[in-house]
Amino acid sequence: MVTYIIRRLIWAFVMLTIVSIVTFAIFFLVPRLAGATSESLAARYVGRTASAEQVKIAAEKLGFNDPLVVQYGRFAKGIVAGADYDYGPGVEHCPAPCFGYSFLTRLPVWPDLMDRLPVTISLAIGAAVIWVIAGVATGVLSALKRGSVFDRAAMSVALAGVSLPIFFTGIVSLVVFSYGTPFRITAPGGSFTPFDENPAMWAYNLILPWITLAFLYAAGYARLTRAGMLETMNEDYIRTARAKGLNERTVVVKHGLRGALTPILTIFGLDLGLLLGGAVLTESTYSLPGMGKYAIDAILAQDLPKVMGVTLVAAFFVVFANLIVDLLYAVVDPRVRLG
Amino acid sequence: MTAPMDVTGGDTQATPEAVVDASGGKAIQGRSLGQIAWMRLKRDKVALAGGLIVILLILIAVFAPVIVGAFGQDPTQFNSDLIDSSTMAPKTGTGISAEHLFGLEPVNGRDIFSRVVYGARISLLIAFLATLLSVVIGTLLGVTAGYFGGLVDSIISKTMDVFLAFPILVFAIALAGIVPDSAFGLTGDTLRVSLLVFIIGFFNWPYIGRIIRGQTLSLREREFVDAARSLGARGPYIIFRELLPNLVAPILVYATLLIPTNVLFEAALSFLGVGVRPPTPTWGGMLSDAVRFYTIPHFMFFPGMAIFITVLAFNLFGDGLRDALDPKAR
Repeated sequence: MVTYIIRRLIWAFVMLTIVSIVTFAIFFLVPRLAGATSESLAARYVGRTASAEQVKIAAEKLGFNDPLVVQYGRFAKGIVAGADYDYGPGVEHCPAPCFGYSFLTRLPVWPDLMDRLPVTISLAIGAAVIWVIAGVATGVLSALKRGSVFDRAAMSVALAGVSLPIFFTGIVSLVVFSYGTPFRITAPGGSFTPFDENPAMWAYNLILPWITLAFLYAAGYARLTRAGMLETMNEDYIRTARAKGLNERTVVVKHGLRGALTPILTIFGLDLGLLLGGAVLTESTYSLPGMGKYAIDAILAQDLPKVMGVTLVAAFFVVFANLIVDLLYAVVDPRVRLG
Repeated sequence: MTAPMDVTGGDTQATPEAVVDASGGKAIQGRSLGQIAWMRLKRDKVALAGGLIVILLILIAVFAPVIVGAFGQDPTQFNSDLIDSSTMAPKTGTGISAEHLFGLEPVNGRDIFSRVVYGARISLLIAFLATLLSVVIGTLLGVTAGYFGGLVDSIISKTMDVFLAFPILVFAIALAGIVPDSAFGLTGDTLRVSLLVFIIGFFNWPYIGRIIRGQTLSLREREFVDAARSLGARGPYIIFRELLPNLVAPILVYATLLIPTNVLFEAALSFLGVGVRPPTPTWGGMLSDAVRFYTIPHFMFFPGMAIFITVLAFNLFGDGLRDALDPKAR
């Protein structure tokens, strides 16, 4: 088990390194292929009023003239050991982990990201709790009562759920429950109260995004759980469990559901990892100041260091979630062999 | 790496006689897999309805100029005279009339019906081409990994792992956002469409790749592959003539189910402002414009429903196709 964990950890580290190299290459190579120069990148740091000479000096000082490999090496070193940024007026120190230095705010990216993280975590975890409970419960009930009115109704709603874009349901939910007068039950989006400040306000401000996000995922999970349950309930070991005289509840929960849950666990890991890296669409729709909103704002402002930082942190969550899932697999599924 | 352990194990007694017994008796008339699937699909009215809507949507996209032309409207033409200059809303509230079936957009008064119709073009074009790209890359790499195994399989599988670790949406937005309006020798809509097809298609191939790899792993152990090999067939022949024909069903199903995902993906990118640039109409872009005018519900209703109906129709058809082609249910 220990060697397995170590091997998985090493692979996770390798994956993050590859992701960072590819991300760096794309974000600093593609703009150049599309026509950006060292000077035009440096100009973003020194401002529009700077003279051509100043820009040239800044480009040299910031290292934009170095080969991309050297630039990447500096970036990677910054994450581990911190870095100094000299863009003209003075040298700024960016302590480790340094994910770069914003073109626009001229501040290190990392503290900004850490400010946004609680919002995204609150959104993702809250929604995940709702969608797992609702989705799996609906899926199990549908599978057990296959062909019933409940099954048909639930699966129709689920199919509609996976077919609706979240930015559409999000706006509609805001119009109906927040902006609109008749059913105004919640505050408009855009406000986030930290949990430790006021838990009630925290939940009140997040309830609408939670439900909208959870509806989308619950629909998918209900479909998956139903399919998985239908398959496992036909397995021989279920017949064996029934033959042993176990009551139906034990058969369904301990034997059937356990078998059906393993593929769902994999998908849950990926989904949660992706969401923690920034629920871009949900946060944009509800104007929640999370990592996703940060990412889209940075992209629209063409602030490459911010984009780079948020992409890497997002990738970290995906890799980390996958790692946890793989380790959990060994616990949940007795058939998994560690090798 | 984790791998399921072989728990059943003992099923090695499958003799040719047993196979003959299992299929013998009732089987009088031979039917191909395609015939069986079509028979099942014909009985599935919901899937057929989905398929019908899909065909209708394709026709709408192809004949958009004809349809819009019949009402004499242009999707980019401003109708400022029909807009109330103080509220920015259409003078009649929605602007719905015999000429403007779905009403008018706030501010510039563009005809919503013709924009929704033209939006189908961008949406379906990108979704189809991106799906094609994913399917081609995913199938080729999936079959290669599954057939050759060993080092080739490790490299391709690890590559898929790395791809799946990318925060796809953030990455796609970033990539679509940093490319300027003219690059790689292309400009305007051509550039944006190619870029979106490339981004969406390129990040989705590992999903198909994994499925095809898994299917190939089990197919290559089958007798007909052994037979071909013992007759002297080599890798490429076996892949293209023996394996791929047997993979058509899963490829078809997952391609059909990938299209709606890509429709949503394109709509999301357009919604976030990194899709095909205005004034070219896109459903996502229309929704994004509608957010500021939430008091005018018809403005968000039509593009939203267009996305919903398109995605739902493809999902219904894809689900039906999967059920019809699923060998386990045969």
